[in-house]
Amino acid sequence: MPSTYYTKEHEWVKIEGNIATVGITDFAAHQLGDVTFVELPATGKSVKQFEVLCAIESVKAASDIYAPVSGKVVSVNEALETTPEIVNESAEAAAWMACLEMADSSEVNKLMSREQYDEFLKGL
Amino acid sequence: MAQLRETPLIQKHTELGALIAPFGGWNMPIQYEGIIAEHRWCRQKAALFDICHMGEFLYRGDIVSGGLDDVFTFSVAAIPVGRSKYGFLLNEQGGIIDDLIVFRLASDEAMIVVNAATAENDFKIISSRLKDPSLITDISAATGKLDIQGPLSRDILTSLFGSEIGTIPYFKFIKTDILGSEAIVSRTGYTGELGYEIFLPAAKVAELWNLIASDPGIKPAGLGARDLLRLEVGYSLYGNDLDETISPLEAGLEMFVNFDKDFVGKDALLRQKAAGGQRTRIAFRVGSRRSPRHHYEVWSGEEKAGTVTSGAFSPMLGCGIGLALADPKLAAIGTEITVRHENVSMAAVVCGLPFFDGGSLRN
Repeated sequence: MPSTYYTKEHEWVKIEGNIATVGITDFAAHQLGDVTFVELPATGKSVKQFEVLCAIESVKAASDIYAPVSGKVVSVNEALETTPEIVNESAEAAAWMACLEMADSSEVNKLMSREQYDEFLKGL
Repeated sequence: MAQLRETPLIQKHTELGALIAPFGGWNMPIQYEGIIAEHRWCRQKAALFDICHMGEFLYRGDIVSGGLDDVFTFSVAAIPVGRSKYGFLLNEQGGIIDDLIVFRLASDEAMIVVNAATAENDFKIISSRLKDPSLITDISAATGKLDIQGPLSRDILTSLFGSEIGTIPYFKFIKTDILGSEAIVSRTGYTGELGYEIFLPAAKVAELWNLIASDPGIKPAGLGARDLLRLEVGYSLYGNDLDETISPLEAGLEMFVNFDKDFVGKDALLRQKAAGGQRTRIAFRVGSRRSPRHHYEVWSGEEKAGTVTSGAFSPMLGCGIGLALADPKLAAIGTEITVRHENVSMAAVVCGLPFFDGGSLRN
């Protein structure tokens, strides 16, 4: 069973085996407004948990996307290079950004469940 | 911080679900359904903008003997009645206090339309430069302004208000009755599209908004879309591309300065012309979808050579575009530059203006 976790920086990460698929939440996409550019990470790049993974730009703002878990980038969603607006249409599914080969599965303990993330949003 | 001001349409914007944010001392709608959707609607159909925040001053008196003719970088006396002209109010150093449009309403009457954030200061300065400050009145609070911009704007307005509006040429205006009040309908705008600006009593603005918005060809658009639209056609934004430290020569807008007449700041501009500028306005296209933004740095090789004054992703061009104040040696079209900010770096090429030339402006 895949399980999905969330960060306070509004990333989601879906864990299937040792593969972690990363994107930003619908909440984050809505806050950004029209997304115009996604800077995807290079495949093969290694990142540590909560370090900058890649970047996103909208009409209104530019912001960094942080890695929810440590790992090595094994694939990226190249469709976002030409059609970044998918992030506004389907942030939590079609607009996944990168898959990481997870280095340490225990890191998910530092992330939030959906219920915890929804509670976190209510407090913002 | 002073209390934010609100236009007569603030409740309407709230009902429409607009994102509302401070702009120039006013609480203004930034977007309704989304900046890019509103931008596209304006380029393809027509968009309705609440521009009630801008300032309007009414001058009554002889244009020359009252002193108005020497206030701006262009001659008001030379504007034929029924026409308007764009130009600048300068300080002694040649810096731009504001960019504005003067409407010649009658031989001894003119309306000056200024930016919201600068209106109060403009009024003090213009008054002080006249022979008698009582010649000018600040009519901003009593005056409403709606902009209707886009290729369908002429059809929409003529179907509502009659065919005369359809005959107005670019930078001309008419006085006409709208909703029982005298209104000014001007063929001007800030989008590069065929469009109109309507001035009428503030008390009538909500009624006019509802009437125009009832046409299915038009949608409301916020200041976010307006900023994208103006940048794509290379129009300057006061506070970004223009301010009191920037001269019209540096801003690439010398064509709006008439050196054959007197105006405050003329000596400084003549000295600047003789000495050659230290910096000049450049336009550039980014080689990706990345957006340059206000204050990002312009680099030429390993040397910092300027600062971005406006930047955005252009939906029409599909790439980042920007304006910058930069070393004049970068001014040649085709010059390769790098735009940098923190860990972001984007390759760009200097280009001509406008960025987007396909608008319906002169249709």
